[in-house]
Amino acid sequence: MTVVRGVLRFLYDFVIGDDWKVAAAVVSALGIGLALLALGAPPAITVVLTGVAVAAAFTAAVLIDVRRTGS
Amino acid sequence: MTQHAVWGLGTATFIAAFVEFVEALTIVLAMGLTRGWRSALIGAAAALIALAGFTVVVGYALATWLPRSVLQLVVGVLLLIFGLQWLRKAILRSAGLKALHDEDAAFGRETAAARTAGRDRRFGLDWFGFVVSFKGVFLEGVEVVFIVITFGLNAGNVPVAAAAAVTAGIVVAAAGAVAAKPLSVVPENTLKYAVGLLLATYGTFWAVEGLGALHGGTSLAWPGGDWTLLVILAGWLALSRLLVLVLPRIRPAHVTGPVAKEPAA
Repeated sequence: MTVVRGVLRFLYDFVIGDDWKVAAAVVSALGIGLALLALGAPPAITVVLTGVAVAAAFTAAVLIDVRRTGS
Repeated sequence: MTQHAVWGLGTATFIAAFVEFVEALTIVLAMGLTRGWRSALIGAAAALIALAGFTVVVGYALATWLPRSVLQLVVGVLLLIFGLQWLRKAILRSAGLKALHDEDAAFGRETAAARTAGRDRRFGLDWFGFVVSFKGVFLEGVEVVFIVITFGLNAGNVPVAAAAAVTAGIVVAAAGAVAAKPLSVVPENTLKYAVGLLLATYGTFWAVEGLGALHGGTSLAWPGGDWTLLVILAGWLALSRLLVLVLPRIRPAHVTGPVAKEPAA
């Protein structure tokens, strides 16, 4: 059990890191891109909008962090 | 691939790998000096062997089983998360909201933790020193593997990327062996800012292209192809500089004291 917990801890540290909001921002933005594709948006427009969504979600994650904790 | 492109690929991979290996070196040095060199070096060597096995397995799996779009999605998402984590810290440091990363301070924390840890011996080794060295080298090394895969595949030249990463590892190990102390003179914060931008750029490019894996199975294409990488890089740079300017102004009044000491790398 300790080994499993250790592996899970390792994976969390490796993938999520010390701010889960950044990982959540990435997944949310890609989810928006996937939704656009599912709704029939042209791929060329979808890639650009998804890129913008990644930047917007990251900005939101950083702003939330600074407004709440100051860093 | 032109000579300039080869040098560009090699330089980008070398810098990214160099920064990762400097952090791993700090951990191994801290363990070696406090818990004994034998356990620390065996831990680092075991991590390198595990890393080689991981690279072979992952490389074979990626090359054999995964379609290009799935590879782009998986590696792109990981790279994007790594890159944005680095970029976030770099922005906060540049804005004065987070203490600059200090390899000497990180070394101090590692040695303090090592001195207070218990003396558990297994297989004739100091287990704390072995495990911490192993984890440090393996964790940083896996990030290097993903960087090599992404930069190398994107440029169509994995051997050059791998050679650059190995060279970075050798240079850091040699410098560490000569200095026998953390490489604190390395401009780590500036390098991390640059590497964060690169990782975020490649991560955005690949993760978005890889979305096609979940919708139709084939990769999406950015308008402009690989030239879009420059646009994405410029976008991340502009956004990061804007945040550096804006963030100090929106910081709540109750936390406007001196920046706190950084708890982790």
